[in-house]
Amino acid sequence: MSIAIAVGLLTAAAVYLFMQRGMVRIVLGFVMASHAANLLLFAAGNTAYRGVPYIGTSDYGEGGDPLPQAFVLTAIVIAFSITMFMITLAITTTHDDDTENDEESAAKVLSAADTGDTVSSSVDTGVTGAVAAGTGGADASPISPVHDFEAQDDDSAEAPNTDPETGEHPRREDPQ
Amino acid sequence: MTELLPPLLPLLVGIPLLMGALGAALRKSKRARHIISLGTLTAMFVFSLLLVIATHDGTVLAHKVGFWDFTPQVAIPFVVDALNSLVLMIITILGITSVMFAMATHEARSRFYHPFVLILMAGVAGALMTGDIFNLFVFIEVMLLPSYGLLAMMGAKLGAHGARIYVSVNLLASTLLLFGIGIVYGTAGTVNLAELHGAAAEDPAVAVGGAVVLTAIGIKAAVVPVHGWLTRTYPMTSPAVTALFSGIHTKVSIYAIYRIYSVMFDGDERFLWIALVVTSMTMLIGVLGAIGEKTTRSILVFHMISQIGYILIGVGLFTGLGLTAGIFYLLHHMIVKASLFMSTGAIEETYGTGEIDKLGGMLKREPLIAITFMIAALSLAGLPPFSGFVAKFTIIQATLEQSHYWVAAVAVIVSVFTLLSMLKIWVGVFMGKPPADLEDNALKYQEKMHGKRYLRVQAQAENPTLTIGPPTAAMSAVLSGQRAVKVPVKLIIPGAILAAITVFFGFGAELLMLLSETAAENLLNPEGYVEAVMDA
Repeated sequence: MSIAIAVGLLTAAAVYLFMQRGMVRIVLGFVMASHAANLLLFAAGNTAYRGVPYIGTSDYGEGGDPLPQAFVLTAIVIAFSITMFMITLAITTTHDDDTENDEESAAKVLSAADTGDTVSSSVDTGVTGAVAAGTGGADASPISPVHDFEAQDDDSAEAPNTDPETGEHPRREDPQ
Repeated sequence: MTELLPPLLPLLVGIPLLMGALGAALRKSKRARHIISLGTLTAMFVFSLLLVIATHDGTVLAHKVGFWDFTPQVAIPFVVDALNSLVLMIITILGITSVMFAMATHEARSRFYHPFVLILMAGVAGALMTGDIFNLFVFIEVMLLPSYGLLAMMGAKLGAHGARIYVSVNLLASTLLLFGIGIVYGTAGTVNLAELHGAAAEDPAVAVGGAVVLTAIGIKAAVVPVHGWLTRTYPMTSPAVTALFSGIHTKVSIYAIYRIYSVMFDGDERFLWIALVVTSMTMLIGVLGAIGEKTTRSILVFHMISQIGYILIGVGLFTGLGLTAGIFYLLHHMIVKASLFMSTGAIEETYGTGEIDKLGGMLKREPLIAITFMIAALSLAGLPPFSGFVAKFTIIQATLEQSHYWVAAVAVIVSVFTLLSMLKIWVGVFMGKPPADLEDNALKYQEKMHGKRYLRVQAQAENPTLTIGPPTAAMSAVLSGQRAVKVPVKLIIPGAILAAITVFFGFGAELLMLLSETAAENLLNPEGYVEAVMDA
C-alpha cells in the first residue's frame, strides 16, 4: 500500500514537472518518473519476502525475489546515464535551458554566466574558426557540439534556431 | 549448420560492441575506423544472411546466453526465426549504405561516428533477438544511447531542440515501458516471452501490462496519435543520420509490436479493431501532414509515419496473408525510405538546402540522383514494377479478404496522396528551371561546411610545421570557382544501391514473399518459438 501511494505521488510529481518549460525541471521530472517505475518493479516482486535472495542462505519461503532487484539495478544505471546526458543538453548548444522568452528567468541568467566565453567568441566567426584551425581544432572537444556550433554559425549571422528547416548543420571533423 | 549457429548468436551483439570500443580507442587513424566499421557491418550482414538461410523453412534457433540451463527462467534467451533474421539482414544493409553515405559527406571522419553506429547496431541486434521483455528494454536503451549522441553531434547547428525532444520522448517511452514490464512481472511472474505465451489472452491483468508495454513501444514506433516527436526530430539532424535512423528505430519497435502481440497475446482477436483504427489514423494523418511541408526531408518524415500505418495493418489483421503483407511491407519500406533520404540528402549536402522552393532543374543537373529518386518514390507510392506495388497490393488484398473495406479504402486514398507528395518533390526539385542563386548558395554552403579545412590550409601556410591535410582536389576546384557544383558520385552510390534492391525485390518479389510467408507462419503459430526457447 505504501509503495502504491509512493508510486502515485512520484508519478504525479513527475507529470507536473514534465509540464514545466525549463529543461532542468523536465529532467527532475524524469528522475521522479524513473523512481516511480523502480518502486513499481520492486512491488512486482512482493516486498513481504525480505530474506537474502542467494540460494542456500535463507529458506525459500523467506528469500526476496532477486529478479526485480536486478531489474531495478539495471534500470537505475540506464536512467542515470540518460539523465546526465539530458542535463548536458540543458546547458550546451543553446544559452538557456528555457523555452520561454523571459530575459529575467533564472535559468537564462545562470547559463549566460556559464557560457560567457563562447558567447563572446560568437561575435567574430573568422577568428574562432582560424583559432580552431591553428590549434588543429584542439579547442573543439570531440564530445561537445557547443564549440562547433558557435564557431560555424557566425557568418550566417542569424539566430541558431531561426530556420530549422533549411537542414543546414555543421560537419564535425576529427581534430587531427 | 543449425546446431552450430545458436551458440554464436551473442556474437552479433558482442562483436559490434567490442569493435565500437576499439574504433573509439583509435584516436589517430580515420582509415582504421572506416575499415573496422565497414568490416564489422559486412560481417554482421553475412551472419544475418546465414541466419536467413538457416531459418527460411520455419526453423527457430534459440540460445540461452551463458549456457545457463538448470532452470528455464534464469537464462536470457536469444531467439532467431525468419522474421528477425530478415529484419536484421535489411538493417545491416542499411547500416553499410548509410555508413558509406556518411563517409561521402565526411561526417564519418568524426572520431565517434563509427563507434556510435557500431554500438547502435549491437543494440539493434540484441533488441531483435532477445526473447525477454526486460532485456528488450535494455537493448532498446543500448540502441538509443548512441543515437542520442549521433543526433546531437550531427544536428548541433540546428540547436539542441531536436535532441532535447528526442531524448525526452524516448526516455518517457522507456519509463512507460518499465512500468509495463513491472506490471507484467507482477501479474504473470515472468518476463520471458516464451513463458508468457498466451498469458495476456487469458488473464486481463497481464493484458493490461501488455497494453502498457505495447503503448510504450508504440510511442517509439511513432504511431498516431503519439507521432509528433518524429517529425520534429528527424529533420533536425544531418541527412546521413536521418537515413540511418529511418530504417532502424521505428522499425525495431514495429518488430517488437509484431512479436509481442503474436506471442504474449497469441494474436487475440478481441483487440484487433484497436490496431485497425490506429493504423488507419496513422496512414491518413501522416500523409495529410506532409502536404504543408516545404522541405524534402520533412515531407519524407511525414510519409514515414503514414507508411508505419501500412506496416501495422499486418498486426491489425493477424491473418496469414495480412502478416505476410505487413512483413513484406516492412522490409520494402526500410529500403525505399532510406534510399529516398539518401538521394534527397545528397542534394541537400551539395546545394546546402532541402527547401523545395530553393531548388529546381535537378533532372538536367543531376540525372543520376533524379533516376534514383524516381525509382524509390514510385516504389514508395506503390507503382509497378517496384517492390512497393507488391507490398501495397498484398496489404489491400489482405484487408479485403477480411472484409475491412474501410481500411482498404483508406490505404488506396493514402497511396494517391503519397504519389501527389512525391510529385511535389519531383516537380519542385527536379523539374523546372534552377533558381538564379542556386550555384551561389551551394558555393556559400560548401565554403561554410568545408571552410574549417580551408582555413587549415591557410594556417599551414603560415606555420609549415603544422601537419594538416589539404582539402581534396575536387573541393579546392569548387571553392576556387573552377568547377560547377555537382553531387559527387560517392554520395549517389549508397542511395542507388538501395534503389536497385527495390527494383530487384519488385521483379523478384516471389523470393522475399516466400520468406515473409514463413515469418508470418511463425507469428501465427508461436508454439515453435516457445518450444525452441524451452528446449534450448
